[in-house]
Amino acid sequence: MTAAVELIGAHKSYGTVEALRGVDIAIQPGEVVAMLGPNGAGKTTSISLMLGLRKPTRGQARLFGIDPGDRRARSRTGVMLQESGVPSSLTVREVIDLFRAYYPQPAPTAEALRRSGLEEQAGMQTGKLSGGQRQRLYYALAICGDPELLFLDEPTVGMDVESRRAFLASIKEFAATAKTVVLTTHYLEEADELAQRVVVIDHGVVIADASPREIKSRVAGKRVSFTTEQPLSPEALAGLPHSRIEIDGLRVRLLSNEPEAVLGALFRRGVHLHDLEVVGADLEEAFLTLTSRAAASEEVPVS
Amino acid sequence: MSVAVAPALPMLVAQTRAQLLNYIRIPAFSLTSLALPLVFYTFFGLPNAGKHFPDGTSVGLYLMCSFGAYAVSSVMVFSFGIGVANQRGLKLDLLQRATPLPPAVAILAQVIMAALFAVVALVVLMLYVVVVGGVRFPVQTGLEIIGLLLVGALPLIGMGMAIGYASGPNAAPAIANLIYLPMAFASGMFVPVGDLPDFIQKIAKYLPTYHYAQLAYTPVHHADEALQWALLWSAVWTVILFAAAIRAYRRDALRKFS
Repeated sequence: MTAAVELIGAHKSYGTVEALRGVDIAIQPGEVVAMLGPNGAGKTTSISLMLGLRKPTRGQARLFGIDPGDRRARSRTGVMLQESGVPSSLTVREVIDLFRAYYPQPAPTAEALRRSGLEEQAGMQTGKLSGGQRQRLYYALAICGDPELLFLDEPTVGMDVESRRAFLASIKEFAATAKTVVLTTHYLEEADELAQRVVVIDHGVVIADASPREIKSRVAGKRVSFTTEQPLSPEALAGLPHSRIEIDGLRVRLLSNEPEAVLGALFRRGVHLHDLEVVGADLEEAFLTLTSRAAASEEVPVS
Repeated sequence: MSVAVAPALPMLVAQTRAQLLNYIRIPAFSLTSLALPLVFYTFFGLPNAGKHFPDGTSVGLYLMCSFGAYAVSSVMVFSFGIGVANQRGLKLDLLQRATPLPPAVAILAQVIMAALFAVVALVVLMLYVVVVGGVRFPVQTGLEIIGLLLVGALPLIGMGMAIGYASGPNAAPAIANLIYLPMAFASGMFVPVGDLPDFIQKIAKYLPTYHYAQLAYTPVHHADEALQWALLWSAVWTVILFAAAIRAYRRDALRKFS
């Protein structure tokens, strides 16, 4: 079976900046894949190559086995970009009808309106939409051609909690019809909720490619910080499940997936600690564990 | 069996329709391109509408050609210049680039839209000249003026595109006005070239807008140069201005899409 999307040894440089440094990804029809990574990691560049919006400096990009810029590939693909615009004086319905004309077998306008939750705004000029409504319009434009493959670049940016929930449900509905979805996100929860597969990108390379569950088990979930009475020697933590320890005088900060085990062991080893704080690590921190681990062991990403 | 790509003609119709609606709904474009030629004709044309040149040509008719050329050229320069800059400012080009819409269809739709608008602007001006100015001319002459002004508009589309791809949405209106308005003036669209200072007359002969106005004067037998010369000059300017437009387009595309 031909992969729906493929990057083969893709490199991309902007001047002297290397945005992608050899990325291999193959996405099969029907897969829902989340590309996860911090800002500037190379997610949007990857999507741009997959769509043929940009050309790889080295390596190849393929869409349905052909050149991504080919109209036949584009006609099977719907796209929601981070940076895009529509004529501001046209109404939501008019813009959707315009985009439907670009595709060989478009979905009915009413369906695009329903699935994007824009039925009430159908007659509104696009310039008057709120940020979240605008995002939903871009989603409607991405699905109105009834594509087999959907690209969503940071789709929930600018949405409130309520619309984000409705929006994720709509993407699930789309994915359930055996369509292929590629989305980029900052949020591990979002990737977890939607995707069967998560590709983590950082500094232009794929550092992990696995199920959301596996990824979650590999990134540190909690940040633990506490103060000790005596300076803590690193040996006191030997063999405990933690990473990225920072000792600043008496203050200790570390990341761990099993804070209970770490703290229990410290108590048993007779370490007295106070001002204890255990908080969920943010994604930035979680990525740091993945990145540092990848750098430390040069391990081949699991796929 | 599914069809691989959407048919081009319905796509072109939809794209043209969207462009037209957008243009009509932005009064800064639509209203000025329809009303300004009438306003200028009222100032410069109506007071002289009943007069005749020594050779018998109606001054009112001659000035209708002048402001007709002004009307169409401003539609072209502004709809492409400001229009393209706005599309780039709104990042419309980014999303459109990712769709199956062929760039040629997008450009053709914009050309058709501008041409339709130009025809409307010309017909409105002609009706005004006939009804208010009391000037009479054969329908055939009117059709010839419209036809020549459409054919000759190609270099002005190139000029508009060059401005649109080279400048941002905020700068484009100013740049378009600064380049085009003095050109239109020097080319005799407001005051006949013969009444302009000598040095302007000398420069005028090289301007695309001058030869464009000459095209409009041909059907009323009051052009300074033969039709084939005006057409040849237009062709040369088409090549130059489209080369500039393509250069600006490539530079913009290189930044975004390479």
